[in-house]
Amino acid sequence: MRDFEYEAPTALSTAIELLAQQNGSAKPLAGGTDLIDHVRTGRLEPDLLVDVKKIDELNVLDLGSDGLRLGAAVPCYKIYGTPEISQQYAALTDSCRIIGGIQIQSRASVGGNLCNSGPAADSIPSLIVLGGVCVIAGPNGTREVAAEDFCTAPGKNVLEAGELLVEIKFPARAANSGSHYRRFIPRNEMDIAVVSVGASVVLDESKENFVSARIALGAVAATPLFAQAAGDALAGQPVNEESIAKAAAAAKEIATPITDMRGTAEYRTHLIGVLIERVINAAVSQARGEAICYKPGH
Amino acid sequence: MAKKRVVTTTINGDTHEFLCKPQQTLLEALRDVLGLTGTKEGCSNGNCGACTVQMDGRPVDSCLVLAVEAEGADLKTIEGVACGNHLDEVQGAFLEGAALQCGICTPGFIMQTESLLEENATPSEEEIRFYLSGNLCRCTGYDKIVKAVQCAAEQRQAAAT
Ligand SMILES: Cc1cc2nc3c(=O)[nH]c(=O)nc-3n(C[C@H](O)[C@H](O)[C@H](O)COP(=O)(O)OP(=O)(O)OC[C@H]3O[C@@H](n4cnc5c(N)ncnc54)[C@H](O)[C@@H]3O)c2cc1C
Ligand code: FES
Ligand code: FES
Repeated sequence: MRDFEYEAPTALSTAIELLAQQNGSAKPLAGGTDLIDHVRTGRLEPDLLVDVKKIDELNVLDLGSDGLRLGAAVPCYKIYGTPEISQQYAALTDSCRIIGGIQIQSRASVGGNLCNSGPAADSIPSLIVLGGVCVIAGPNGTREVAAEDFCTAPGKNVLEAGELLVEIKFPARAANSGSHYRRFIPRNEMDIAVVSVGASVVLDESKENFVSARIALGAVAATPLFAQAAGDALAGQPVNEESIAKAAAAAKEIATPITDMRGTAEYRTHLIGVLIERVINAAVSQARGEAICYKPGH
Repeated sequence: MAKKRVVTTTINGDTHEFLCKPQQTLLEALRDVLGLTGTKEGCSNGNCGACTVQMDGRPVDSCLVLAVEAEGADLKTIEGVACGNHLDEVQGAFLEGAALQCGICTPGFIMQTESLLEENATPSEEEIRFYLSGNLCRCTGYDKIVKAVQCAAEQRQAAAT
């Protein structure tokens, strides 16, 4: 592997200084499940890796009455290992359970998944539908960016040289709400999504009508997509096949899938409809407190 | 050129201090610096699980961990599984059940099975296959591996009751 220096600061300010000094040739290291392979294969050529796992601010995992704070370096297994998070932010833990296998989940963070900014990254649609806000620290202070605005192109995002993702904040969940994330892959595990869908729904008191919904799509465009019109199409509508079909049609409109070894553009477009129906129904079941019959990968 | 660092870890219960460069993976340090060659290299990119070791109680692919990241960590490798000449239940079940052919994947499967059974003493077949999905075997076709894991779980349960 390429020769590089390694630092593991405990202070956020030191990490930012180290990253800023290097003029872009330093990279933050979280779980390393993307980064180490990228360095080994020469896709990235950093001179310094700044291990961010010893910084307190990036290890926050705090569920309170005003929402969830998820430190950027928290590994997947800790997130789905917290039952209250699985209940309230199910889409997030659905994602964490299918990123790689168990060994990968011991190390891989949601922050790293987001900053790697792959079009098929499994956490990003969930971050979007749950209203995630990315807290970014850099030499010029702190700023916040909505999860749906974070990725700009495959492997690219809004982070400037020297900036670090500190945490992702989520608002508290509404009453009668549910969420779910699922992807379509040929295997049951350890594969890259052909298409993926995340959804979060809020139902009314009767649990028969949507109050609001948020839907996001993965692997059908250059970045994960917030399908705002699709979610808005459900607001005020009854929970039934017809309303969900309208949302699916709206989602298909904004997708710009490509044809590659995993599937043709037509196939991907079709899958959007199939997955939206399944994911919305699962999110509705969760909001109603019903059991969801879902095994990761199916 | 980056200087070598001193890394202090606990490996299979013993304290080890070793020298490594930041670019060396934990897998490379275990095999090439410490001579612990039981941990195998298959793919070097996190897909095959042959390099699985436990780090602070969690199974990890040691090819995706830098050796310098192991500073202060508590590691367990395949060398720490048997007690002297006495194989543990998982090793015994793999051997008895012929759950290996070439054997390259076996240390990784055994380490991953140790983690599985610590978390879930009575896993279903589906849970076994899901937990071991990050371990690949090109020889056995997996059925004998799954049966060996079931067998080891039963033996441990029987011993515990
Ligand atoms: C075998 C295997 C299977 C995989 N399966 C999946 C899968 O099913 N789904 C999926 O989505 N991904 C998968 N991945 C990819 C990877 O595991 C995930 O993207 C993971 O979440 C990355 O997190 P990490 O903590 O390991 O990030 P790292 O590798 O440490 O970092 C990833 C990138 O983000 C940057 N970065 C990390 N943290 C920060 C920060 N706080 N601020 C700014 N930049 C930062 C790094 O510099 C690097 O460029 C797989 C990888 C492997 C090896
Ligand atoms: S060698 Fe590490 S996963 Fe294959
Ligand atoms: S026994 Fe040969 S790879 Fe598994």
